Amino acid sequence: MVNHQQNVNVPDEWFKPKGADLDQAESVVRPSLSYWKDAWRRLRKNKLAMGGLIFLVLLTLFAVFAPILSPHNIETTQYANQNQPPSATHWFGTDEKGWDVFTRTWYGARVSLFVGVAAALIDFFIGIIYGGISGYKGGRTDSLMMRVIEILYGLPHLLVVILLMVIMGASLTTIIIALTITGWVGMARIVRGQVLQIKNYEFVTASKSFGAKTPRIIRKNLLPNTMGPIIVQMTLTVPSAIFAEAFLSFLGLGIAAPFASWGVMANDALPVILSGHWWRLFFPAFFISMTMFAFNVLGDGMQDALDPKLRG
Amino acid sequence: MAVYIVKRFAMMIATIFIIATLTFFLMHAIPGSPFDEERTSNPTIQANLEKFYKLDQPVIVQYGHYLKSVATFDFGPSIKKPNETVNSLLKRGFPISAELGLITILVAVLSGITLGTFAALRHNGIIDYMAMAFAVVGISVPNFVLATLLIQQLAVNWQILPPATWSSPMHMILPTLALATGPTAIIARLTRSSMLEVLTQDYMKMARAKGLSPARIVLRHALRNALMPVVTIMGTMLAGILTGTFVIEKIFAIPGMGKYFVDSINNRDYPVIMGTTVFYSAFLVFMLFLVDIVYGFLDPRIKLHKKEGDA
Repeated sequence: MVNHQQNVNVPDEWFKPKGADLDQAESVVRPSLSYWKDAWRRLRKNKLAMGGLIFLVLLTLFAVFAPILSPHNIETTQYANQNQPPSATHWFGTDEKGWDVFTRTWYGARVSLFVGVAAALIDFFIGIIYGGISGYKGGRTDSLMMRVIEILYGLPHLLVVILLMVIMGASLTTIIIALTITGWVGMARIVRGQVLQIKNYEFVTASKSFGAKTPRIIRKNLLPNTMGPIIVQMTLTVPSAIFAEAFLSFLGLGIAAPFASWGVMANDALPVILSGHWWRLFFPAFFISMTMFAFNVLGDGMQDALDPKLRG
Repeated sequence: MAVYIVKRFAMMIATIFIIATLTFFLMHAIPGSPFDEERTSNPTIQANLEKFYKLDQPVIVQYGHYLKSVATFDFGPSIKKPNETVNSLLKRGFPISAELGLITILVAVLSGITLGTFAALRHNGIIDYMAMAFAVVGISVPNFVLATLLIQQLAVNWQILPPATWSSPMHMILPTLALATGPTAIIARLTRSSMLEVLTQDYMKMARAKGLSPARIVLRHALRNALMPVVTIMGTMLAGILTGTFVIEKIFAIPGMGKYFVDSINNRDYPVIMGTTVFYSAFLVFMLFLVDIVYGFLDPRIKLHKKEGDA
């Protein structure tokens, strides 16, 4: 370094004083990544979670397109093709009505995904409104609203769902209503806890001192900052709704043939499993398990990715 | 503490009351009478039946009768099973279901905590990975799928264990295994993550510096603190196991309450559905109550009665 000037030819004009750049002085050195970009960057590094995400994307694509493209009819019985093992024409075999298990599996995927996503979305809206009001208002309103939640939380979830299904009759709509009627409570608790914490932060006070009205504070300050835990909760609601639907179908409270959900298919497969028709149970069971797995690892991954404390 | 227990108890009674009321009015919202499909051409028989089940009285009077019967734990006769009452079914079925549930909880708690603890102690080691792989599979595979696989492999293909019923300890292995795997996985995951957190605390260094044996450090100092989250989820886990028994009893043909309940759902035996729901709900709510009380005793940091300036 002593012979610096001799080795490198540095022209003198490089050494002019630059002067203070007032525009840049306040800027942060790190390239500005928004919260979501940063979370996505971290999620992408998590191989298991990305595997789950890719599986779910593929599953959705198949659920949308496979039943349309499938050449097999599952609305009228096809006794000629009864109980065939998996083959080139029937990839997942056929059942005792001659229906193609591959095609039914994707109809089942539609039902399961629809139930899961619908339940999560409804929980999301009710939970945000209820939890948001409870947390933001605080005081008496909050404690009153929390008593209601405590009582609902004490209700045995699946028993209430079974009861409702018995009364309303089994259909897709009733499953979703039954699942969400008690399901939003968990979401509301999370939103309330978050709002309660964040509403006292300095940036909210700053916003208020600039004259921001309540709706603006809720929309601009509170909700974006509660989104992390909310999204994680939603990712975990979907598999539990899918599981609940499968469970109900398995108890005989599922939707009726020819439309199938994975739970219905597994239930129908029980009596024949011992006669060696393994494909009847294997495929729905495999997809239930894989979907649960994918949502769970994705949820875990999102939890890590969206946690601001882990931001590196 | 006493104030908290009383408050919590009142909450529990309120919850049970709400469940009972909800159940009653939901059941009455169903159109038609339970005897519609009996096709009794004789109106006298119909009237007598309705009188016997008190269906001829106004709803509000029926509600009064019903609340009284709930308070005295008498849920009335079954409509579809002659000479049976909900109570006789419960008396016969519930002990078996309770046995299945209890063994499952024991297995799940013991193996879950052991698995989670070892996974945390060997963090990122082979045991850790295997335990967590098991946990993820255990959470993802529904118990009815697991049960069917177990029957097919262990009972039918290899013929090691009996495939159904609940008559000897050998018969209990498969149902318990099928029901306990999910809860075991959840407990193992929870124990592992809270154990990992506890192990980095300063008092762990202190315990090691004092020269305590590793076993004593783990059992006395780490586990006791790491188990709090496990106690917290015991309530919800109990609910899961309880509803799980419905499915498991159906698959393994175990004559427990779950089987009667599923039967009653399938042939719309409303008094049995109503009675079982109320009974199971009350049972669960009571368990949640117990878990909360135990939690209060276990963790001195939790001030159960929130009085200002109370240490």
